[in-house]
Amino acid sequence: MDKAQLLLSLAVAMFAIGMVGVIIRRNVLVMLMCMELMLNGVNLSLVTFAHQSGTTVGAVLVFLIFVVATAEIAIAIPIVLMLVKRKQTLDPAAYTDLKG
Amino acid sequence: MEAFLAGLDSLLLYIFAFSALIGSILVVVLRQPMRVATALISTMIFLGGVYGLLGVHFIAAFQVLIYVGAVMVFMVYVIMLLDPRDPAVKTRFSPLVVPGIIGGLLLAWALVHAVHGLLGNVTSTPARFGLKEFAVSFLNEYWLHFELTSVLLLAAVVASLAVIKGASGRNRG
Repeated sequence: MDKAQLLLSLAVAMFAIGMVGVIIRRNVLVMLMCMELMLNGVNLSLVTFAHQSGTTVGAVLVFLIFVVATAEIAIAIPIVLMLVKRKQTLDPAAYTDLKG
Repeated sequence: MEAFLAGLDSLLLYIFAFSALIGSILVVVLRQPMRVATALISTMIFLGGVYGLLGVHFIAAFQVLIYVGAVMVFMVYVIMLLDPRDPAVKTRFSPLVVPGIIGGLLLAWALVHAVHGLLGNVTSTPARFGLKEFAVSFLNEYWLHFELTSVLLLAAVVASLAVIKGASGRNRG
């Protein structure tokens, strides 16, 4: 298998596994970590495409994704902590009153 | 010697890619959040190795520094703050296991088809670019995006402070 095909298949697998994790897991923190896994899959595909085409656009996008991931975690973790403080559980089924 | 080094590069790439795949499966399968975090950290480190082998060393360094050093350490601290007797830790999966796995397989199938359609358009002569080319194009062409990330980080800091202040204000009231 070609190197690029292998890495793109790995990126697709990581994105799909992360999405499955977000759907099937019952712990908000683990769901957040699965989202990080999806972001890592996207990063891998961008780096592979940048490497294949020899341009720096993919690397720039990867840097922007790093920043977005950091900002996402900085906001998501306080929200999760506040929810746990209020509901005493990490189970997203307990947060159904957030539906509005 | 050159052929041996190229072979070693490919072998390491295969090992890192396979280990990253195993680590990402473990993220979904393991029960304890701390073990999940450890599996995710190992996946990120293996991905850093893949980036290093591809020749984009600065992204490999930032992968380890930002993801493992900042994001995952933050996550591990939060796991240590929470109660391990939580029922959400004991029951691993939600009732959506079967539709979730079917949806994931469908997504993977669609993405593989889309990606293999794209691969035909990409030139198959990989060119290496270093930190210098990256820095020049980053600050010449993408300076606006660079500045906007600082605004995004400021907004994230203000938002997380607002979440914490809002919650403590409600508790006092």
